Amino acid sequence: MAINHLAPAQTEQFADNIVGFARALRSAGMPVGPGAVIDAMSALQVIDIGNRADVFTTLEAIFVKRHEHALIFKQAFNLFFRASEEWKHMLDSVPLPDQAKKKPQAGSRRVQEAMSQPRMTETPQHQEQDLRLSVSDREILQKKDFAQMSAAEISEALRAVERMHLPQAELLTRRHRPDARGLRLDLRRTLRASLRTGGDIIDIHRLGRIEKPAPIVALLDISGSMSEYTRLFLHFLHAIGDARKRVSVFLFGTRLTNVTRALRQRDPDEALASCSASVEDWAGGTRISASLHNFNKLWARRVLSQGAIVLLISDGLEREADSRLAFEMDRLHRSCRRLIWLNPLLRFGGFEAKAQGIKMMLPHVDEFRPVHNLSSIQELITTLSRPLPPHHRSLIRSAA
Amino acid sequence: MTSAANTSGANTSVGLPASVDAMLELLTSRGYLAERSLATVTYLSLRMGRPLFLEGEAGVGKTEIAKVLSAALGRKLIRLQCYEGLDVSSAVYEWNSAAQMIAIRMAEAAGDTDRDQLSSDIFADRYMIKRPLLQALEPDVAGPPVLLIDELDRADEAFEAYLLEILSDFQVTIPEFGTVKAPSPPIVIITSNRTREIHDALKRRCLYHWVDYPAAERELAIVKTRVPGISAKLSQQVVRFVQALRNQDFYKSPGVAETIDWATALSELDARSLTPQVVGDTLGALLKYQDDITRMQGDTLQKVLKDATSEN
Repeated sequence: MAINHLAPAQTEQFADNIVGFARALRSAGMPVGPGAVIDAMSALQVIDIGNRADVFTTLEAIFVKRHEHALIFKQAFNLFFRASEEWKHMLDSVPLPDQAKKKPQAGSRRVQEAMSQPRMTETPQHQEQDLRLSVSDREILQKKDFAQMSAAEISEALRAVERMHLPQAELLTRRHRPDARGLRLDLRRTLRASLRTGGDIIDIHRLGRIEKPAPIVALLDISGSMSEYTRLFLHFLHAIGDARKRVSVFLFGTRLTNVTRALRQRDPDEALASCSASVEDWAGGTRISASLHNFNKLWARRVLSQGAIVLLISDGLEREADSRLAFEMDRLHRSCRRLIWLNPLLRFGGFEAKAQGIKMMLPHVDEFRPVHNLSSIQELITTLSRPLPPHHRSLIRSAA
Repeated sequence: MTSAANTSGANTSVGLPASVDAMLELLTSRGYLAERSLATVTYLSLRMGRPLFLEGEAGVGKTEIAKVLSAALGRKLIRLQCYEGLDVSSAVYEWNSAAQMIAIRMAEAAGDTDRDQLSSDIFADRYMIKRPLLQALEPDVAGPPVLLIDELDRADEAFEAYLLEILSDFQVTIPEFGTVKAPSPPIVIITSNRTREIHDALKRRCLYHWVDYPAAERELAIVKTRVPGISAKLSQQVVRFVQALRNQDFYKSPGVAETIDWATALSELDARSLTPQVVGDTLGALLKYQDDITRMQGDTLQKVLKDATSEN
């Protein structure tokens, strides 16, 4: 049964169903544009829409563009087009979602909510406070520990973090662009220019290599012991993400969450809000070893492949410190360009690596730095823009 | 880097399949045992003239489907292997500057001084070196070719952006030459191992499909097709063993390609069934990380092996 064999009224009904389904997907958080709906309509004309599995695959190929969305799609499809025995009536009525009879699976709640009432979310009202601090206040602020700041001081620190600029240009790529001082000859442009003089080469055009900043991957510990710092670091990561483009951010406590997309929103407050919405284990315990394992297994190949610098922001207070932790740290260290461990505990003058976890982790990092106040963050930025270690020198030129 | 290969049956062009079942049959006839969902999206991409974007772990048969399609449909296979730094001159076209210079010198020696004539002469088709993407836009007697853009995740974002024009309009613009447009769009298969995310703008122009590891039954059929000499008992043990490995928490689980490699290796060694000795010797065909191999020794190996070889 192909769609063009149907009476016009039925076709219209069918189109309504697809539009409704697309809208449901959209409210479940999937990016579904009007182009996809048109695609879906034309795709369904060439397959047998009596076959539920084929229709599922077809709509999936069109609406799902990331593997992570596959689960949501499946749930939505099953809910929207109900069970298989009712499949035949798909053309007759626009189905309404009913309560799931089976045990709910992951993601089902989100889909159900999306399909029921359109929820109005209240836009949070921000209260802007303008605190004009004197110069000497600022100096104190530079050295003050984030953990001891008042609310006003924190908001000032946040603004300072946002103002920080990250220097660019670290990696030489294998792509070229016209560059008068470049090393490579641009034969194509040279030849074209030579035609103006009837074939005599007067100007030699050259190519230089394009530079781009090395990607940064941040792993931020959000366990309870780090809670005073988390928000500031997120602001910091949001600020560098704005400047750099290639910044991936992962949060971990007892589990690992990728918040790169959430942090990419322009407005820092919105970005942080959607970031915390996607994390389930805010300010809970820490399982560094397990989180690193997950990162190594699921993400390392995807985000570290282009010579990334890893910032591990954690106090290293791990309860289950065993050989697994050392193993995962070693793997992480070997798969990135540079591993920088930022530890707020270093603020204490007489700090010694006594905790078992810290001892396990220390041998596997390239750098161990404090981050607890504005000046230490500023130092970090300076470090990130310094020339990289010698064995990578061939690829890298320091920022001028 | 890049290669354009004529398949053996290039002059026996076959019509496009008319249904999902026909597609499935076509793939099976060439020894590619696809899941129905994969056949459905492939069929759709042919019918709708849209590129097919296949994502999945390494070794699940993403590249293979392009090869099989080209062979089964009797179309030319044009392959663009992506890498970081891939640019227009190695993906689309390049001018043969040396030949152009000789042409200029020749014109000079002949006393030819008409500049416009000279410029249109040396920017002609014959001084152009065509790379895979441009080749794919050219008409072919057997019908539009199969263009395989392999491991797009290895190329950088700038190249991805360049692909947008080609994939939506099937044309490229060459400043000295004009616009080259394909008379009929090629069959495009794009693969990615997800070492980084591909931009949504590109995915939107494609049909997307996640290729998963096959179920045990299908994998068994694949092994039997690809390793004809293997005994029924051994092939069953091999598949059970590999499927069990995929449930382990490995850094890199073995793909179908590895299963086939392993089965071939065992078959070459004349193994009748899996023993700790023979598995230990050949584990490198399945697992490619030393840490994973280390973890597979001792008790874990014994247990997986016992499960795989037990009769039921």
